[in-house]
Formats: sequence, structure tokens, C-alpha cells
Amino acid sequence: METSEGIKARIESAVPGAKVSVVENPGPAKQHSLAIDNAHAVAVAKFLRNDSALRLDFCSNVTGVDWPERVVNTKVKVKKTVEGAEQEVEETREETVPGFLEAVYHLYSMALKHGPIVIRTRTADRGDGAVLPSLTPVWRSAEFQEREIFDLYGVRFDGHPDLRRILMWDEFEDFPMRKDYAPPDDYEYEPTAHGEVLEKAKIHFSNRPQADGCESITQTAD
Amino acid sequence: MHDVLTPPAGMTSTLEDGLLEISMGPQHPSTHGVFRMNVVLDGETVVKLKPVFGYLHRNHEKIGEGTSYLGSMPYTDRLDYFCSMTNNWAYALAVEKLAGIEVPERAEYLRVILAELTRLQNHASLIGFFLSDMGAWGTPLMYAFREREKILDLFESLSGARMMCNFMRFGGCRCDASPEWLARTKQIVERFPAFLDELDALVVSNEILLARTQDIGKISAELAVSAGLTGPILRASGVSYDLRKVDGYGIYPRFTFRVPLGDHGDCYDRMMMRVLELRETVSILQQALAQIPVGPVMNPKVKVRSFRPPAGEAYVRIEAPKGELGFYLISDGSANPYRYRVRPPSFINLTLLEDMCLGHTVADVMVILGSIDIVLGEVDR
Repeated sequence: METSEGIKARIESAVPGAKVSVVENPGPAKQHSLAIDNAHAVAVAKFLRNDSALRLDFCSNVTGVDWPERVVNTKVKVKKTVEGAEQEVEETREETVPGFLEAVYHLYSMALKHGPIVIRTRTADRGDGAVLPSLTPVWRSAEFQEREIFDLYGVRFDGHPDLRRILMWDEFEDFPMRKDYAPPDDYEYEPTAHGEVLEKAKIHFSNRPQADGCESITQTAD
Repeated sequence: MHDVLTPPAGMTSTLEDGLLEISMGPQHPSTHGVFRMNVVLDGETVVKLKPVFGYLHRNHEKIGEGTSYLGSMPYTDRLDYFCSMTNNWAYALAVEKLAGIEVPERAEYLRVILAELTRLQNHASLIGFFLSDMGAWGTPLMYAFREREKILDLFESLSGARMMCNFMRFGGCRCDASPEWLARTKQIVERFPAFLDELDALVVSNEILLARTQDIGKISAELAVSAGLTGPILRASGVSYDLRKVDGYGIYPRFTFRVPLGDHGDCYDRMMMRVLELRETVSILQQALAQIPVGPVMNPKVKVRSFRPPAGEAYVRIEAPKGELGFYLISDGSANPYRYRVRPPSFINLTLLEDMCLGHTVADVMVILGSIDIVLGEVDR
């Protein structure tokens, strides 16, 4: 297997204009990943699939990750004039990192039996800019998994052939896997319109013959 | 390799001339749970089929983010409730990779034995369900459940539960197996081939079975790879990809076994993959039971209370009976995972359900669905 840096260099020479950065994994697993810019993601994905040394024909897993806006405190040494003398003082600086949503693809090669290569695509923000290019045209296995990310995270995948909610019902409005999701108070809510169904049932059964002696199964208002 | 493998167009609610749209499920006995398919029929032929998920959705992944690493272990039992041991193992392996934990030798053997026993009972009951779907109502399933019951008794005497075993821990297993348990397991494994011979004699070359399954729901190797099919249904299309061989996780490289391959990718091949795999699984079990050493089953260095893996991420996959089961964990150094993702094999294996069913009759849909082997606890999570 090539190193992440080697793959990055080969992508950048094969796909002109592609911006790839290596995301280090600090943990013991050492599965480093490649962050890919959205404009060239499909071209890069096709390169990874078709390249003869990589042949990443199998997209095992697609994961959505939510990174909300966060504040990072960094300590910086600053020279300041305190009581007439110049001193080095440690200051805490607050830096706001804007939030984004991420799709992580774990790619393997069934032909060459190696992997994983991890690639990540990131949205511009968590609001209107939550759009990513769909990689379903490259790996069909992303079809349901991208739909799931759309459903649970609210990332719209450009170029996805059938982007609908998959696990939640169609009328559901929020995105439950986001970190700032608050569950609604009305846990009893059901998507079926019970009142309307009962009204229709009344009309349906109003002329039901009672000759067999059974009671009317329809509840009347009085 | 052609460039784009696009799925068929989305479902429309309007009906064209002469077509009938029906909703199969969620309360259909052959959907193996609460699963629904919107099917458009031309006469008896399927022209469109869209699966509808989510009836069993409880956002397992969100609950996993809200609990500790160990707290998710019993909940993984409920994913694929036929195979809780392999679910436990995949999750334990993911956390072990995330935190860099070693596992003692005896625990590795115990894990292999339990995972292969799980495969035995899963494949045996799958064949029973599959024949039930085709109209051989009840009897084959009872034969399969007779075998499954013996293995569930083993699980119960070891872990205390028949199906929700919650047995593996990060760095080993919860408790050791007694010599009596191992002897009993050996006895059951030795007698299992008798069931396989029975299966061969009664089922495998049955004329009705051949007529109902051969050339039904064919999938090419190229499409199967692109759609991420895994497990026996991938190998039925002729792609040699078994993670026990490819990744060699645990101690699988120590055992000799063969990987059965199909050539047609139809329902019959998918069923035969299970039948043939059962024989190989029996052979792995015999080797593991003969080799298992004595020793501890738990790594004493692992902190069970206040377990905090270092920041980082890990993706681990195993060959579960239904296909590739993966766990992807992102740790931010706290007691709960920042992201907990399950890659469920039966959910992704359903990607090609429509492609398999198009052009076949509505009665074949049940056969095709049965040959994929799904469990809705895992599909909907």
C-alpha cells in the first residue's frame, strides 16, 4: 500500500486543480485520511477507482460526521509593556472554528485486496451550504448510505439519483444525528392522520345493515 | 469496466396504463420483519420496486454517542439479533483498534469458536427461512431450528442469554469457558455434519427448489462489487472476497479452510454458498477446538471503569454471517464516542434488491429477498 502522501501527490498530478490534504489520525489505528475538495471529488473518486495501482473498486462505508462551530483556546506568548518594563506574558486567545458537515468514505480494493483508503469531503457550512457531490455514480454502494446521511444530517448530495429520506418518514423535518438536535416534546406524534381516518370510517360504515344483531362498530358523536 | 452504474429512476406515484402498484409489507410473513416494498407490476412481472425502510429505526448510532464505550456493547446484540456474538466481536475489535489493546490467546480462540457457531446457526436457520419463503412451510425451518437450538443452549450456558449474549469485552471475553462446555461444543460440532448430509439428501437437489431458484435474481460480479455486496451473496457472483482470508483478523490465518464460490450469482448459488460454507465452518471449529490453549481470557491492563481511548478514529470490519459488518468510531478522548457508526451488511446488500427483482414475477420477489438474508434490526438500526 502506498502512503497517504504518495497517493496525494499522484492524485494532484492526475486530476489538475484538485486540492487534497492529508488528515492525520493521532490514534493507534493510524488510518490517515485524505480530505478532497468538492469541485474535483467525482474526478478524484474515478481516478482512485480506475488507477491500476489502487483499483479501489469497493466503497465499504460512508459515514456522516457533524462538526459544530467550536471555540479553540490557544496560549500565545506576547511581549507586553507592564509597569514600564517589557515582559513576555502568556495570553489565551479564543479562535472560532466554523462548523461543517463531513462525509467519510472507506474504500477498499476487491481486485487487489488492500485498503482502506479513507477520503473525506466537507461542506462549506451547516446551513444552506450543506451540499456535497454524490459519489453514487462512481460506487453504487454509496446510494443508500448517502441517502441516510441526507436523512439524518441534512447534507444534500449533488448528482444523487434518488435523494429521499430513508429511515425517517418523509414528513419529518429535522436532522436527528446533528449534535445540536433537540427531540420534540410531543413524543406521541404519529405521522398517520387518525382524526381524518376515523371520519372517513364513519361515512363508510353508516349504512351497515344491523340485521345480524351485532352492534354498530362506528362510534357516533352522541 | 463501464463508467456509470446508475440505479433505476425514482418511484413515481402515478400509474401508467395497465400497471398495478402494490405495497408488500410491512406486515408480510416473508419480509422477515417490518420491511416494505413498493412494487409496480405489469401483470405478474415486476417493473419497478422500491424498498421502504425505517419501521424499526431507533437511531442506534445517536444512542451510541450518548453512552459510554462499554454501554454500547449489549446494544450491539440488538442489531442483527441472530448473530449477537459476531456483532460483539466487531465492536470489540473496533474499540481495541481505537485504543491499541491486545487480546490474550485463549480469548481469540474463544471468539473464533463463538463466531463460527453463530455462523452455523445463522446459515442453518437462513436455509430454513428460505425454504419457508418458497412454500415448504414449517418443516425445513423446524429441522434448522432443531440444530440452532443446540447452539443457543451452548450460548446460554456460557453467557447466560440465548440470543442477547453481550459476551465480548475490550481486551477479551467476559468469562472463561469450562472444559465441560468445550467438550459439549466438540460433541455438537462433530454431530453437525449429519444435519448437512440430511440437508444434501432432502433439499439441495430438490426439483422444486431448482425450478424456483436457478436463474432467478442474477447479479454480475462487476455490479456486485460496485454495489458493495458482501458475504455469501457476493461470493455467489464469483468474487473471491472473504475477510477471514483478506484481512485475517483475529487468528483466522492459523486455520485452513476454503472459500466457496458460485458462478451464476442467482438465488440457487446464494443458497448453496451457505450450504458449502457450513462444511468449512465445521472444519474451522474442529481446528479451533483442538488447538485452544489454557490461559486468561481478559487482558488485565484494560480499564473497565472510566475507559477513555485516546483521540483518533478507527474503522474495523469482520466477516459476519450476513456479510461485512463494520464499526467506525471517532474518539475525542472522552468517555463517550464522538461518532459511532455501524456498517450493516444486510442494509447495503439490499441496494441491489430492485435490480435483482426486475423482470421476475412477484412470487420470485420473496425468493430473492429470502436469498439476501436480512435482519431488520440491523437494516433500520
